[in-house]
Amino acid sequence: MSIIQLNQVSRHFTKGRQKVEVLNDLDLEIEEGDFLALMGPSGSGKTTLLNLIGGLDQPTAGSVEVAGRQLVGLSSRKLAQWRSRNIGFIFQFYNLLPILSARRNVELPLLLTRLGGRQRRRNADVALAIVGLGDRAGHKPGELSGGQQQRVAIARAIVADPRILVCDEPTGDLDRETADEILDLLELLNREHGKTIIMVTHDPKAATHARRTLYLDKGSLVREAA
Amino acid sequence: MNSFSLIWSNLFRRRVRTFLTLFSIIAAFLLFGLLRSVADAFDSGVEVAGVDRLTVSPKYSIIDGLPVSHMSQILATPGVAGVTHSTWFGGTYQSTANFFPKFPVEPRAYFEMFDEYIIDPAQLDEFERIRTAAVAPADLAEEYGWQVGDRIPIEGDIWLREDGSRRWEFELVGTYRIRDDENMFAGFLFNYDYFDEARIPETEGIISNFSVRVSDPDEAAEVSALIDAQFENSINPTRTATEAEANRQFAAQVGDIGLIMNSILSAVFFTILLLTGNTMAQALRERVPELAVLKTLGFTDRRVALLVLLESVLLCGIGGALGIALATLVLGAIAPDLAAFLGQVEMSAMTTFGGLGIAVLLGIVVGLNPALSARRLQVVEALRR
Repeated sequence: MSIIQLNQVSRHFTKGRQKVEVLNDLDLEIEEGDFLALMGPSGSGKTTLLNLIGGLDQPTAGSVEVAGRQLVGLSSRKLAQWRSRNIGFIFQFYNLLPILSARRNVELPLLLTRLGGRQRRRNADVALAIVGLGDRAGHKPGELSGGQQQRVAIARAIVADPRILVCDEPTGDLDRETADEILDLLELLNREHGKTIIMVTHDPKAATHARRTLYLDKGSLVREAA
Repeated sequence: MNSFSLIWSNLFRRRVRTFLTLFSIIAAFLLFGLLRSVADAFDSGVEVAGVDRLTVSPKYSIIDGLPVSHMSQILATPGVAGVTHSTWFGGTYQSTANFFPKFPVEPRAYFEMFDEYIIDPAQLDEFERIRTAAVAPADLAEEYGWQVGDRIPIEGDIWLREDGSRRWEFELVGTYRIRDDENMFAGFLFNYDYFDEARIPETEGIISNFSVRVSDPDEAAEVSALIDAQFENSINPTRTATEAEANRQFAAQVGDIGLIMNSILSAVFFTILLLTGNTMAQALRERVPELAVLKTLGFTDRRVALLVLLESVLLCGIGGALGIALATLVLGAIAPDLAAFLGQVEMSAMTTFGGLGIAVLLGIVVGLNPALSARRLQVVEALRR
């Protein structure tokens, strides 16, 4: 069953008088439980595609249906509420709040739920334990290594139990060994916890952790590798 | 963690900057508390004065003075039960910092008029008998360590002695206390006869104002009109009013106290507005990617804007509350020193809650623009920064 369905999706931007076409009439279907790597040169539209799937951006044309919801035309407020329930985001540079401890960073998405303080804290601790950082809960991002920060970011992404994880070059800032650890963790989340993962990457080795790989070039899907 | 602890953490992410801004806000509200309380004291001094007494002052300015010869005509006015006079002496005791009011008065008549002043009868006799005698409020004597029998030198500034010197010397023969602390102009009192004889001849017979007791307080307005009518066409016309009104006029000689205080406070708050506004704008600029992350996680535009706005309100609210609290403490410490001239100076509920209201308003005004910017923030663009 497809969890993500994009039909005839285009996304144009305007730079001064120039119209920049980032995505052109793109069709894409992703099954629930899939682990998809999106590859392609810089400017090919990978991140734009990711933003559309994550409900951070709206297409110029076409339809985007994710987790059973048509996202085109939704208000900013509705999109935000939808994101909080359905999408976990993982960024290249972790994007943790430096003033908060690891536990509090992980707890952030739970502020949008009806859970009580104690339950939020418990869930955050469980998420940190899943990523192997149960003993670093009280540390602030500045006191953690890059790999550990990315693990905290992953814990934050899964703490509200979303169906889909959207990862924008999650290993782009990490050394090979740490990158492999993070990719193993993502594989685990896909395999054991059934998360659907869409990962943008420039790294062919990272893409081997995915079930399939899509190549984008100039706003169009050019080929698919299993 | 909850939304409040998120706001709190953000507020203190740059501790030095936050504390400096906080100290500025505290200083502004400390000033607000003190100045408003002083302005209130001027108003409350007006309110406590009785209406069974009237004050006859020069019609146009307290500088003009009135001839003491008016007294017999005032006393003969229907409805007048008694009259005495006093004169603003000015003068300095040792240093200009030692300010307290000083008046040459008719000893017995003055204490009969101001029956809220309580003095030992024997000391009043001495005050009347000794020409250079003076009496002082007990707390004033205590403050300066004066004992009965001490000689108190006062350097004159308005009134010179006949020989051209400025130095006046008085012998303290007693102290008096004030029932219920109810008169703001209780001062250092000395014998008018001595003062009148010793001052330069050109100024003899000039006094500042008369205090008149009316037989029936209900007729005070009529008595007031009758007194003024008698002197309307003289070269020393009068203005007779309740003591409350006279006190107000006295304060007005300095200027519009409320306007002066409010002008100072407006300048202070305008500066604080710019300073805090700059701090908040800077804090927002530094945090754009973080706010974008919050939106990515599902925080709505409105919620993010509210977090920013509440941070500003919290900063100003804390500063305002601490400033007002500090002003209350400072006022408690300096009130006894101000009491001699201003009467009771204290932080009113109006000033306290008004100050807190202004603090919250300041927070809203300062935080509104950053909050709106945070609301408008486009996630995709902001994440690229």
